[in-house]
Amino acid sequence: MAVPITLEFSGGAELLFANQKKHSIELPGSQKWDVKSLLPWIRDNLLQERPELFMQGDTVRPGILVLVNDADWELMGELEYEIQPNDKIVFISTLHGG
Amino acid sequence: MAKRCRVCNGAAQIKRPKTGDIMCKECFYYAFEEEIHHTVLAGKLFTAGETVAIGASGGKDSTVLAHVMTVLNERHNYGLNLILLSVDEGITGYRDDSLETVKINQQEYGLPLKIVSYQELYGWTMDSIVQQIGLKNNCTYCGVFRRQALDRGAMLLKVDKIVTGHNADDIAETVIMNVLRGDIARLRRCTAVTTGTDGALPRCKPFKYTYEKDIVMYAFHKNLTYFSTECIYSPNAYRGFARAYIKDLERIQPSAIIDIIHSGESLCVKKDVRMPVQTTCSRCGYISSNELCKACVMLEGLNKGRPRLGIGKTHKERRLFNEELARQAAEAAATNCNETTTTTTTTTTFTNSKVCCGGKGACGSMGGSGQAPEMCGSNLQSKSESDCVGSVSPSGGGGVAECANSLKKVRIGVPTAKPNLLEF
Ligand SMILES: [Zn+2]
Ligand SMILES: [Zn+2]
Repeated sequence: MAVPITLEFSGGAELLFANQKKHSIELPGSQKWDVKSLLPWIRDNLLQERPELFMQGDTVRPGILVLVNDADWELMGELEYEIQPNDKIVFISTLHGG
Repeated sequence: MAKRCRVCNGAAQIKRPKTGDIMCKECFYYAFEEEIHHTVLAGKLFTAGETVAIGASGGKDSTVLAHVMTVLNERHNYGLNLILLSVDEGITGYRDDSLETVKINQQEYGLPLKIVSYQELYGWTMDSIVQQIGLKNNCTYCGVFRRQALDRGAMLLKVDKIVTGHNADDIAETVIMNVLRGDIARLRRCTAVTTGTDGALPRCKPFKYTYEKDIVMYAFHKNLTYFSTECIYSPNAYRGFARAYIKDLERIQPSAIIDIIHSGESLCVKKDVRMPVQTTCSRCGYISSNELCKACVMLEGLNKGRPRLGIGKTHKERRLFNEELARQAAEAAATNCNETTTTTTTTTTFTNSKVCCGGKGACGSMGGSGQAPEMCGSNLQSKSESDCVGSVSPSGGGGVAECANSLKKVRIGVPTAKPNLLEF
């Protein structure tokens, strides 16, 4: 059974996703999803351009802030956080100018 | 995950980058604001009764700055008159949205807003500059013009000070850039919390010790409207690398940002290192280490169809440019049948051709009182004036309000050059 979640990209990160900030998606399959497996899924299924501005190695590029349900992902276990149905995960770029 | 706020034991949502403190939203807001209040007090940034222009781009830093300045001004009775000041570079589609954002901020905080445009200040928009010079060096133009635009706009408004949203990450980045470029003069200035105190309009950076992450988190949780985009004319690659480098370091060692700032502050320059002498531009009055400031040289280049004048190998271009000015002066001297020295006749040339007054409010009537350009161009020209981001604070402007208008005259009034003498 798929896991429905909401993704949000802002601070300029949305520019990598065809300028669309909010994405309601369903993570397929019956396996457990964590942020570590979510990131490459986003890269392969949603990202439109310049993957190097989103990911570095197996994590987000430094300068991109991540929030899980409005809390800093550093408080939630970062890559190990296990994604729950209806989670909201936000990516904010600080690399883009204002 | 039940992490608790270290202050009130409520549900935590924030992890502070500098200290690792874990906090709830409300405690974070207060701590964040009070840290900036501390920077304001420690640096003695303001005096009651001052009018302060907030450099507002619509981006995250200036949006949060406008918000926090409004909060602190009330909470701690700073007694400041706050004004939003924005620069419109004239890039179609780029500033349209961000200026809209600034207008929203204006309504939210009830602050007056002034927008100054490149067109009004320089007679050129960035779009028209790009049309003339192409995409190669436009960031150089934009950076130099932007830096002066804020000062000129502020002087039009007759404010006492400018505050900008430069944060700790920006300053660390600038320290690294200045090290890489060997720009000792800027390296020394760039960590100062206030610059331009000697005669020029002071500029303060209340976010000097504030991490970008905290600023973004503050804006996110407070739902502040801000605008972010990449400049549609190529971003500055060099600064981009410095930025990525800082972020990489921060991930490994979060204190790296503040450590770099401390390193910059602690550097002292040997006495025998030659520093550029700060003077004022003889044409517009802006602070400069040369007879003509970078912006005036660039304008000269644009107006004469020789846009490379202000960029690249500055020494060579400037020498040729100065030789040409000297030649014009000599010609003018010959036609005027003058026995005066070259220096004086040069002044005459400028006056007769109705080039601006040097920001001294004496346009068209200065007689022999203007500063005579010296043609040697001997001073070191700071290379770092070529940032698109414009994070390095200038030393401020020494001109007065009239200069905004007189700059326009440069375009029309400059004696026509003989381009064939100066093909680069
Ligand atoms: Zn709390
Ligand atoms: Zn000038």
